[in-house]
Amino acid sequence: MIVRRWFVFAALASAGVSRVAIGQTSADGGAPRVTDAWSRPALKGRTGAVYLTIRAGSRDDRLLALKTSAAAEAELHRSMDDHGVMRMRPAGPLAVGTGQVVRLEPGGYHVMLMGLTRDLTPGESFPVTLVFEAAGEVTATATVRKGRAPADDMGGMPMMPMGQPAGR
Amino acid sequence: MVGVALAFALVGAGAYFGASRGRDAETVIGGPFSLVDGDGHPVTDRSFRGRFMLVYFGYTFCPDVCPATLTDVADAMDRLGPKADRVQALFITIDPRRDTEAVVKQYAANFTPRLIGLTGTSDAVADAARAYRVYYAMHRTGAGPDDYSMDHSSILYLMGPDGRFVAPVSAEEGGAGMAEQIGKLVS
Repeated sequence: MIVRRWFVFAALASAGVSRVAIGQTSADGGAPRVTDAWSRPALKGRTGAVYLTIRAGSRDDRLLALKTSAAAEAELHRSMDDHGVMRMRPAGPLAVGTGQVVRLEPGGYHVMLMGLTRDLTPGESFPVTLVFEAAGEVTATATVRKGRAPADDMGGMPMMPMGQPAGR
Repeated sequence: MVGVALAFALVGAGAYFGASRGRDAETVIGGPFSLVDGDGHPVTDRSFRGRFMLVYFGYTFCPDVCPATLTDVADAMDRLGPKADRVQALFITIDPRRDTEAVVKQYAANFTPRLIGLTGTSDAVADAARAYRVYYAMHRTGAGPDDYSMDHSSILYLMGPDGRFVAPVSAEEGGAGMAEQIGKLVS
């Protein structure tokens, strides 16, 4: 009796946990999905940038904060072209309303990484965690690449997210 | 967005270019600069006479625009083939406080060995920026001494073998577009 109840409870609990934790693959789209995360090559101790796409989940949400093991700090920033003068400003919480697709792209919104904990070299990957007001934490994998698009990188090799680099 | 700004820059630069044909000295783009490279060696505008210069002003703590432009510059230099030897790409920092010699050396090399990073005293940098009509200003983001970003004009300047301004180069179409523009202008 007790054993069977435990199994049922565990099955229900794990289903609930997996739905919250793995926002990207949730079938009912509860949490926002984060895709196409990429970063430029950068040097340890310096600044870097991450670009990505956020597809809204089933409810209005806001991106509040970011964190990554690859940098001491990660913040949302926005580049603005003011009649030829480039300015960059910290950006506040980013609204991701239902049905919206929000793209962080070069020249616009981006994740600024400060105090990189290691060099970022093309081909590597690192996790970036987005903290949403409603959905909580969603973690994506950012791939380091040189050019604007996968095709810009060395000879047509598809940039597959690789496993975590063995500790550096 | 960048396109509109580039259009303004091109129109403005075109006017400058026309004027710089020896008539109106006040609107010339470019001029003498006296900076140092990543090894502390003095580098001036005269260091590259006989070759073209592709000049970009930026700063190394810039996470988005500068790396994007310099990545395209590196790509363009690769695509130029033999003509690349006729062009010296230069990155001049407008944040000499943080961008020391060692910093600009490593930063530039990380994009391509064809890019030389230059820095100097704040006066020397100000002189160079003034000569190239580059606007730059510190924007404070916090209380700490390093809590700032730099607002700055983001234009690539192609200077000729005689040291005079040839044309602005657009980054709108990436390295391929850049290589095409430069290829047409470099003899």
